[in-house]
Amino acid sequence: MLQLSKFKGGLKLDGHKHVSTMHAIKQARLPEKLVIPVQQHIGLAPEILVSVGEQVLKGQCIARASDGISASIHAPSSGHISAIDEQPVAHPSGLAALCITIQTDGKEQWCEPSPLAESYRERSNKQLLNIIRDAGIVGLGGATFPTAAKLQSCEPEKIQMLIINGAECEPYITCDDMLMRERAKDIVLGVQVLQQLLTADQTIIAIEDNKPEAILSLQQALQKQAIDNIQVISIPTRYPTGGEKQLIKVITGKEVPANGRPADIGILCQNVATAYSVYRAVFLDEPLISRIVTVTGDAINQPGNFEVLIGTPMSELIEQSGGYTDNIAGLVMGGPMMGFSLPSDNLPVTKACNCILTQIAEDTQSPPAQACIRCGECTDVCPANLLPQQLYWYCSSKNFDRAQDLHLFDCIECGCCSAVCPSHIPLVHYYRFAKTEIWAQEKERQKSDNARQRHEFREARIAHEKAEREEKLRLKKEMLAKKKAEEAGQPGDSDPKKAAIEAALARVKAKKDAATEKPKNTDNLTEQQQQKINEADQRRQRTISKDEAK
Amino acid sequence: MHFNNATSSPHMMRDDGISQLMLQVLIALIPGTLAMFYFFGWGLVFNLIIAISVAIATEAAVLKLRKRALKSTLLDLSALVTACLLALALPPLAPWWLTVIATLFAILLGKHLYGGLGFNPFNPAMVGYVVVMISFPREMTFWLLPSTINPAALNIGETFNLMFLSQLPATMSWDSISSATLLDGIKNHLSQDHLLSSLASNQQLSALVGKLSGTGWEWINLFFMAGGLWLFKKRIIDWRIPFGLLTSLSLVSLVFYLINNEQYLSPLTHLFSGGIMLAAFFIATDPVSASTTPRGRIIFGAGIGVFIFIIRQWGGYPDGIAFAVLLMNMAAPLIDYYTVPAAFGKRDEP
Ligand code: SF4
Ligand code: SF4
Repeated sequence: MLQLSKFKGGLKLDGHKHVSTMHAIKQARLPEKLVIPVQQHIGLAPEILVSVGEQVLKGQCIARASDGISASIHAPSSGHISAIDEQPVAHPSGLAALCITIQTDGKEQWCEPSPLAESYRERSNKQLLNIIRDAGIVGLGGATFPTAAKLQSCEPEKIQMLIINGAECEPYITCDDMLMRERAKDIVLGVQVLQQLLTADQTIIAIEDNKPEAILSLQQALQKQAIDNIQVISIPTRYPTGGEKQLIKVITGKEVPANGRPADIGILCQNVATAYSVYRAVFLDEPLISRIVTVTGDAINQPGNFEVLIGTPMSELIEQSGGYTDNIAGLVMGGPMMGFSLPSDNLPVTKACNCILTQIAEDTQSPPAQACIRCGECTDVCPANLLPQQLYWYCSSKNFDRAQDLHLFDCIECGCCSAVCPSHIPLVHYYRFAKTEIWAQEKERQKSDNARQRHEFREARIAHEKAEREEKLRLKKEMLAKKKAEEAGQPGDSDPKKAAIEAALARVKAKKDAATEKPKNTDNLTEQQQQKINEADQRRQRTISKDEAK
Repeated sequence: MHFNNATSSPHMMRDDGISQLMLQVLIALIPGTLAMFYFFGWGLVFNLIIAISVAIATEAAVLKLRKRALKSTLLDLSALVTACLLALALPPLAPWWLTVIATLFAILLGKHLYGGLGFNPFNPAMVGYVVVMISFPREMTFWLLPSTINPAALNIGETFNLMFLSQLPATMSWDSISSATLLDGIKNHLSQDHLLSSLASNQQLSALVGKLSGTGWEWINLFFMAGGLWLFKKRIIDWRIPFGLLTSLSLVSLVFYLINNEQYLSPLTHLFSGGIMLAAFFIATDPVSASTTPRGRIIFGAGIGVFIFIIRQWGGYPDGIAFAVLLMNMAAPLIDYYTVPAAFGKRDEP
């Protein structure tokens, strides 16, 4: 049996999980219009492959991952492309983003799939990774980092442990819970694909102990197939145990280095829902075009979980959940601890959308913030072992250097500190603000650094070119001098050394002459004339420098 | 449907606030206060009334001047806590103006001069206490004999006359009702080249000696400790500061006691004398002026313990709690600076 450890801090929160686990996962209805944001992952935007008016089939790739870290996007249903333009999306910034809109035809016509099923075992790692990449799979635990890139970025031999994260520690969210309860067998198959890719010695599915049904269901699935190289582990319910680094600490007792990745200590984490998507991609050749979304909270009539096509408007889900109750006051995407407020429900579901949380008025009004009394409660609960109170002090006074000294960037924005602050200070808000400011400053600095570099480079080039020109001139003159000497038929004078000296002397003289030589008629000029000349000079100077710049 | 009340995550905040914390601190003070009332009588009640009314009036006036929201700040109850701590620390027969001055200084100089709650580097109650301690040393040493050994305990009317009108009952003199505290008495005793073992020969002093420490005081301290432990259980205060304070005071006094028990008091006497438990659980734990890092808090508490011992033993004042607390308040920013914990995943770095 594995010896579990603890991470420092964290909170015991009221789960509110039962709210949305009363019913099985429902299939959300096919909407008339699917609005699919092109950028749903961390990394580069994919390249759009379709144009307005084009017919697409379900599962057809409509935007292909560009090189590097990126993820493809597929048509979640068949229909025709009705628009490619900026639409409001669910993003903390609240800005609009490029989206592909599909007018669905209701036929749900698939493009020809070529499922591998069990034959995936004969495929090479490279082939499997390509499948995962082409399926547009990203981390579904919230980070939306392209999965293939994550798998590729580590050396498979160095990974000793694969952790499948089924902790789901945020209150209210139950999409992973329901997925584990209902589709344990498929998750296990997905995990086996990952195992083949990694050759890890140990594979662990970690689930918080407030989800006994999910634990049981996975254990049964493993037993039925007599799989003994995957372990299901029940871990204590404590927020944020689902954070990658916290989870690793709980399971292995090891801390991932602050600036490092789990792979540095031989561990790779994947979310259960991601493993499930891998199963769909490899076994069924289905790209990531749907996900499970929890619709829950205190202001919805029939909370539950839905299997939703990406691009479905959230308002459709609300409607299918029996609509809002009268006391609806706000909407959050994600959980109450780390989710962000939405300005409207007319936004598409994305790969990152694990939960739509309805709020009543009390949840949306935070009590007025009072002065920090330095009680240290925030310090006690910080899982990153920071000093939130001092961070707050420096972030609010814009002393960003000191904030960075106090490891601002190790803050995982879990929200524990804000949640316990008796003065109701929105601490995380300040950290986010400071981080954005610092990034902006960094960018500025980089820009000016670049500019300075460009400038220095240019100076160097000009100097170099000048030197070259002079050298050419010198050679030419030397040649001339030599020729002259030869023509004069004085063999004695053809001594190259002497010629060089003479040439040098000539150069010096020429330079001197040039320096002493004055433009004519420049004495006794009126001021106006002088100014005109100056202007002309400047103009010339400018054109010269422009030319040089070219 | 549109929503325009975007809040920043987390969308869960605790329901209670500073005022609930302060209220619990006030509740935890009750047992010790009752014990004090039992041993020292009505003077304490008058002290409390004076301190509380002055504190609230001053706070309200300042808030008005600074154009701050009156209600929410007054309701945070922090001024009330300051007033109560001060009233409990001052001698129970202190003339009314002494308490008024102490409270005024506590709220004005100790708190609002620096910007109010949260910004004061010094413990406000201790600022007020030190001001009167330095200005009126004589008044500050007049303690009563604990009621259990006091043949002439004053009733409410007599106490009132004494505190507000400086009128003693006709049959009494100052000397007959007042007494030095045990610590003060022992200090005197030792300064006259007597040994501790000869305490018994001094009738007045030996009456003050109780089972753990001084008569009455041992109970008062036990009750304050009980209140403090309750606060600790309710997670209102952090264990580190009281732990640091009590451990360091015990250790230092133990070392000296073992070296020479004729000159130095036992750790037990130290721990249960004067306002040690009040200081450890209620005064030093004022978070605003204390250190905030976990390790820093232990150091902060320990520093107070050491200073208390030094001032008690060699200082010119009978008890050094207030000075010790202020001294460590001064050191708190420095302690914080050097005790930043290693962030997650940075433990192995230097
Ligand atoms: S919890 Fe709030 S009041 Fe307490 S130290 Fe942290 S920021 Fe200050
Ligand atoms: S949000 Fe940041 S500072 Fe606050 S508890 Fe979480 S990691 Fe610590």
